[in-house]
Amino acid sequence: MAETSEAHADTQFEFITFSAGGQNYCLEITQIREIRRWTPVTALPHTPADVLGVMNLRGAVIPIFDLSARFGLGATPANERNVVIVAAVDGATIGLLVESVSEILSVDKSEIQETPDIKSEATRNSIQGMISVDETMVRVVNLGAVVESGKGLPA
Amino acid sequence: MSGNSIRDTFFEECEELLEALVEGLSQMEQAPDDMEVVNAVFRSVHSIKGGAGAFALDRLVSFAHSFETVMDKVRDRELVVDEKLMSLFHRAGDHLSDLVDSARDETHLDDEAETGLIGELDSYLGDEAAAEEFSFDAITLDFDGPAIELPSEGDSAAFRVFDIRFAPSRALYENGHEPLLILDALADLGDLTVEADISRIPEFDAFDPADAFLSWHMRLTSSEPETTLHEVFEFVEGLCDLDISVTAGGEEVPVPAPLDPEPSTGTVEAMAEIEAAEPPCEDTPYDGPPRERRKEPRGPKPTLRVDLDRVDRLINTVGELIINQAMISQRIEELDLPTVAHLTNELEAYKLLARDIQEGVMAIRAQPVKPLFQRMSRIVREASDATGKKAKMVTVGDSTEVDKTVIERLADPLTHMVRNAVDHGLEKPDGRDAAGKDPVGTIRLSASHRSGSVFIEISDDGAGLDRERILAKAIEKGLVPPDVELSDPEIDNLLFLPGFSTAGEVSALSGRGVGMDVVKNAVHALGGRVSITSTPGKGTTFAIVLPLTLAVMDGFVISVADQTMVIPISSILETIRPNPRDIHVVGTDSEVVSVRGSYVPIVDVADNLGLTRHDDAGGTGILLLVSTELQGLTALRVTAIHDQRQVVIKSLESNYAAIQGVSAATILGDGKIALILDPEELINLAHASGNDPFAQHSRMELRHG
Repeated sequence: MAETSEAHADTQFEFITFSAGGQNYCLEITQIREIRRWTPVTALPHTPADVLGVMNLRGAVIPIFDLSARFGLGATPANERNVVIVAAVDGATIGLLVESVSEILSVDKSEIQETPDIKSEATRNSIQGMISVDETMVRVVNLGAVVESGKGLPA
Repeated sequence: MSGNSIRDTFFEECEELLEALVEGLSQMEQAPDDMEVVNAVFRSVHSIKGGAGAFALDRLVSFAHSFETVMDKVRDRELVVDEKLMSLFHRAGDHLSDLVDSARDETHLDDEAETGLIGELDSYLGDEAAAEEFSFDAITLDFDGPAIELPSEGDSAAFRVFDIRFAPSRALYENGHEPLLILDALADLGDLTVEADISRIPEFDAFDPADAFLSWHMRLTSSEPETTLHEVFEFVEGLCDLDISVTAGGEEVPVPAPLDPEPSTGTVEAMAEIEAAEPPCEDTPYDGPPRERRKEPRGPKPTLRVDLDRVDRLINTVGELIINQAMISQRIEELDLPTVAHLTNELEAYKLLARDIQEGVMAIRAQPVKPLFQRMSRIVREASDATGKKAKMVTVGDSTEVDKTVIERLADPLTHMVRNAVDHGLEKPDGRDAAGKDPVGTIRLSASHRSGSVFIEISDDGAGLDRERILAKAIEKGLVPPDVELSDPEIDNLLFLPGFSTAGEVSALSGRGVGMDVVKNAVHALGGRVSITSTPGKGTTFAIVLPLTLAVMDGFVISVADQTMVIPISSILETIRPNPRDIHVVGTDSEVVSVRGSYVPIVDVADNLGLTRHDDAGGTGILLLVSTELQGLTALRVTAIHDQRQVVIKSLESNYAAIQGVSAATILGDGKIALILDPEELINLAHASGNDPFAQHSRMELRHG
């Protein structure tokens, strides 16, 4: 019994889907720490437009990225449904502003397709793969790439 | 894994023993006749040797053995400690420390120096050394004293009768020692008669089986020197009352003044650290001689080794507590309750408690600067050897406590400054003679607490700064324009410019391309400042001012445009609410303010951070006068000052990246984050963008690329 469940865990992934810039994205559930309501952040000087600022998460100072702006889809318009997905990547904790969070998706590893060869290298880097769900396509976000490009600040 | 952890413990202990060794050696310099100190040094070396033997670190063992053997001669008063021997001891101590390091890190160490040192050490042993058989037994840690004693001591051939009074204390048993083994060890040394003293055993009703009541009188006829006897008791010293005296002897060798039975404090300290969890030996159940009592305050304090992570976690949590307390206060104020007198009192008490807890937790991280200063004595020694100058180091206030991180990060800059002081600060001995000074230069290191800051000063009694040369050098290097007129302090501060090095010739010590600017940056990174004062012919003093802790600081809560920010109070000299008449425009957009007759450039914080101002009605705003190393006096324009308070420093880098002009962030009472400004960087930024608009542009492009 234990064996089967383990084998099950090996190939089965759970994702949280959300929308940003009108597109569907998802993140693996193990990367996500919590989902919070949007609260005003403290802006940071000398940062790109997609870095909204920093937020107080129980005493930790975490940067908030506008995922839509990050993917070049324009700034996320202010909306009551906006949420911040708090995620952990490479030992750092970050927040991603998205339009809304929809559901938990449980998919088999085989269902995740590789990102096809698309023109923009930046886009290909930040999208890890794709999952097709009921006619719609959900993009798996490569969190590492999002943070990396966000830190591309002059020293 | 467990083997490794024992090994780690050994190296930790070594560290402490080496500290005790260095301390002992420096005490020996002052009082070479103090046998207590000599014993302490001996024991440090001996303990390192013992431990190293258990881990089969043969090289360490053999070097420690040579060292110890010479030390033993000093202990037996066969050798007189002179300057030359003292310097050899210092170098041997340094090398021992290197050996420990190399054994720990498993790196290779150059043999040459070691062979030389061993040769020098052996030369003090005379012919006996050659005949001596090295018989250190690596496993018997308990009573290895007699085993390594030289069997052929010249003056110990005569038999002497020792009268030994041995009264174990309760702590001796608690530490797991067995008097019988000690008696056995004594019996091995010669003819022993033992008499137990049972007079202290109380009535049966009052008998505490865990307490120590027995003592022994022993009479030992032996040819061994008295030190051998002390070695038998080495591990129980401090845990018993011990009195050894010589009553009779055949052809009596003049016995040195009876050794003080009091264990030397150095070792006790070291041992107490090792046995941190065990009870201290103060609780001797009966009164010892008053002489011993008197010295007890110098005895060990129980200490506790704690994982640093745990302390840091605690500090973080306390930081939360402080923020939480501020939030609660603010919420209650917002409620605007009609009669809040009681609540206000309680709230105030809560605030004080939170502050107390915070201070207590910070104190855990605080450590005396002593080990750091002791390391510097080695630097002074090495630097003076390399430069052929004579220097001694004097430390003041080495019990001053500073945050551990500060101590760690201060080691490099301090090393550099001490080296500089010897290399550039002090004159050569003949030069000193000519100037009528003591040919031995003095490097003075002092630490003290002053109004919430730590002051560390490094001063030498050398020739002082050669300002003409400094200025010439700076002009030559193009750091300042040739026609510049500078005041003396301004010239002194040129030393801190990047790419400045005064040494005419590049010496092996200083002038490795790292200059005082590196020192300045390191101190700056700790939130501190460095300054120089120098008097020609009298010497130079570098003063470092550091915050007490890195976790909290005092700041002004200010608003810049519509954002709330914090600026460290330490950097602000003065706040000005300027009269519009005093503000003048220079060029197209640069402004200056006249402050008591001099014009000070204004840097607008909001403009510099790229914030747009929504409240232009605010007029001139408030000016904060700050002094920077590079740009001199500058006025920072902010919109308003709200409050002065202690804030908890939160790093931006841990989750994001460093931002120019911002040193960190903090959390305000309303739970919002406020950025902590770095005035120095902010002003440099303003100048950089003003002088070179293209640089700023290319930066912007990079950022978006």
